[in-house]
Amino acid sequence: MSPAYLLLATFLACAVEAVEALTIVLAAGATRGWRSTLYGVGVAGFVLAALTAILGPALTSIPIESLQVTIGTLLVLFGLQWLYKAVLRAARLKDRKDEAAAYRRQVEQAEQAAKPAGREMDWYAFTLSFKGVLLEGLEVVFIVLTFGAAQHRVGLAALAAAAAVVVVAVAGFVVQGPLARVPENALKFAVGVMLTSFGIFWVGEGVGAHWPEGDGSLPAIVAFILLGSLGIVALARPKRAEQPA
Amino acid sequence: MSYLERFARFWWSFIVGDNLPLAAGAAAAIGVTAILVDQGLNAWWLLPPTILALLGASVIRASRHTER
Repeated sequence: MSPAYLLLATFLACAVEAVEALTIVLAAGATRGWRSTLYGVGVAGFVLAALTAILGPALTSIPIESLQVTIGTLLVLFGLQWLYKAVLRAARLKDRKDEAAAYRRQVEQAEQAAKPAGREMDWYAFTLSFKGVLLEGLEVVFIVLTFGAAQHRVGLAALAAAAAVVVVAVAGFVVQGPLARVPENALKFAVGVMLTSFGIFWVGEGVGAHWPEGDGSLPAIVAFILLGSLGIVALARPKRAEQPA
Repeated sequence: MSYLERFARFWWSFIVGDNLPLAAGAAAAIGVTAILVDQGLNAWWLLPPTILALLGASVIRASRHTER
């Protein structure tokens, strides 16, 4: 399989999670100060990198057929979660995530919490940024490990994830606020389609089925799931939502 | 709630999420594909439409719930 799929899927998935983590980190840093906030980001980043470094080589030592079945199944389940929520949001059956509103909520909560005296460590800011980065990052680690291990390219997947973090961090620095204009649901839709399609492909291979065109069947599966999901959005969109307000 | 319970709940929610029928249906489809392949049938064609049908059924169910 082309490494381009691996790079694209990991980059997009990581970018989405990084946008969500950035909102939390910015709210913590802007209201509570940057020192404790950045400690939290650093420690969470270290934990995520350590998890990838430890679990990556361990996973790649598992026989490929067992790995494909396990990883394929996990990707189908995990990818369907993303796709289901993205389809609901695209069909206007679920509210879209609003990073600007999430930022305001986080800022309000951070301002209400008690602040430490002087230059003492601000554990509220530390915990907020640590938890935000760790929880959003765990999904990225999961994708890096599953995608990377199935192709024995954990390093490349981790590189794509790191590139996405850098791009989002630079964009956040330039914008000086949450990235509210990023088409988050469209990205989640694309990632959901990719995770589900790759999962189907790998689990099929893992159980011993032979795809008609081998690796060449993957683009067809991606197109099938994408077009099918768009069809579901069109069918499920409530009629009243199409009328002018 | 014990630490072990919280740990299990976290991973359950992380992998399966809040739509058990969708996850269970997908797992069952994978199982049926494995059985058919084991019986000598190259059932590559089963998973893609079944997964899409499960997704469609879940979304339609959610849309009916929303319209009520």
